Amino acid sequence: MTLSTTTIWTIIVLMGIGTWLLRFSFIGLIGNRKMPEWALRHLRYTPVAVMPGLIAPLVLWPRATGGETDPARLAAAGAALVIGLWTKNVIAAVFSGMGALYLVQFLTG
Amino acid sequence: MSSTQSAYWRGFRDGAPFVLVVVPFGLLFGVVGTEAGLNLAEVMGMTVLVIAGAAQFAAIALMQENAPTIIVLATALAVNMRMAMYSASLAPYIGGAPLWQRAIAAYFMVDQSYAVSIVEYERRPEMSLRERMAYYFGAISPVCFPWYVATWAGAVLGARIPPEFALDFAVPITFLAITAPMMRTLAHVSAAAVSVGVSLALAFLPYNLWLMIAAVLAMMVGARVELLTARRRGLA
Repeated sequence: MTLSTTTIWTIIVLMGIGTWLLRFSFIGLIGNRKMPEWALRHLRYTPVAVMPGLIAPLVLWPRATGGETDPARLAAAGAALVIGLWTKNVIAAVFSGMGALYLVQFLTG
Repeated sequence: MSSTQSAYWRGFRDGAPFVLVVVPFGLLFGVVGTEAGLNLAEVMGMTVLVIAGAAQFAAIALMQENAPTIIVLATALAVNMRMAMYSASLAPYIGGAPLWQRAIAAYFMVDQSYAVSIVEYERRPEMSLRERMAYYFGAISPVCFPWYVATWAGAVLGARIPPEFALDFAVPITFLAITAPMMRTLAHVSAAAVSVGVSLALAFLPYNLWLMIAAVLAMMVGARVELLTARRRGLA
C-alpha cells in the first residue's frame, strides 16, 4: 500500500461517519414510517451483489502470484465456498479455506 | 433484579455465543490490516470508528490496490447498505427511544446484535421500550467489546507472521466465508452470479468501476428474480 497517512485517515473517518449514518438512518430520522417495498427489495441484495464481485478477480488473478492463476488459491476458495454453503458457519469456512491453501501448497511444494 | 436488568442479561446471554465468531474474525482483521501496511493506530482507528468487519476487509482489499479514496468509500458503504435495512426493520421497535440512545444504538448496530434483537422483539411484543433498549445493549456487549480486543491482539501478533502463511489470501477467503451462507434463495444466488460474471468481464475498467457496475446490476437482478419467484409462487 502506498497511500499517504492523510489518505488512510480520511478513508477511516469518512467510512466511520458514512457507516454510522446508514445505521442511524431509519431509527434516527424516519422513526416508525415504512420504506417503499421496491427499495427494500434492492437493499436486500447489496451484500451478495458487492462481495462476490469484489473477490472473484482476487481469486482468479491473485496479487501474490503477480496475477497468475494459482491452484492452491483456487482450491482454498473452493473449500471455503463449499464449507460455507454446507455448514453456514463463517469461521469453519475460513479455516477450511486456509487449510486447503496450506495443504495444496505443501503437496505441490 | 428489575425487568430492565433482566432484559439486559437476557440479551447478553443471547449475544454471548457470537464471541466464537467475533474473536477469530477480529484477530484476522488485525492481522490482515497490519499485513496490508496499516500501523496499529490505523487498524484500531478503523475497528473502533467503523465497527463493521466485512466493510473493513473490503476497504483493506482496495487500499492494498491503491484504489482512489472515493472507490474505497463507495465500496465499503455499499457493503454496509444492509445496515440501513437493519435500521429500517428495528425502527418500529426502538424508534421511540431518546435520540442519544438511538445514536449509540446506531453506532453498535452489527449483524449479530440485529439478528438476536429482532427475533426477541417479534417474540415478545409486550416488552417495554426500556426493556428493548436494555436487551439490545445486552446483545452487543459480548460482541462489540471482544471485537476491539481481538483486533488489537491480531494487529500486535500479525507483524510477526511470515509470508509463507499466504495471509494475502485471508481477505478473499473471509469474504467467501461470509457470503456463502447468504445464498438462501435463487434470487441471492442469481445476484452473486451476476456480480462475479460482470466484475470478471469488466475487470479491464480502471478505478474499480467494474465493481460498481457489477454490484448495481446484481442488485437489480436479485430484486427482479425475487419478484418473479414470488409471482410464480402466487400463481401456483
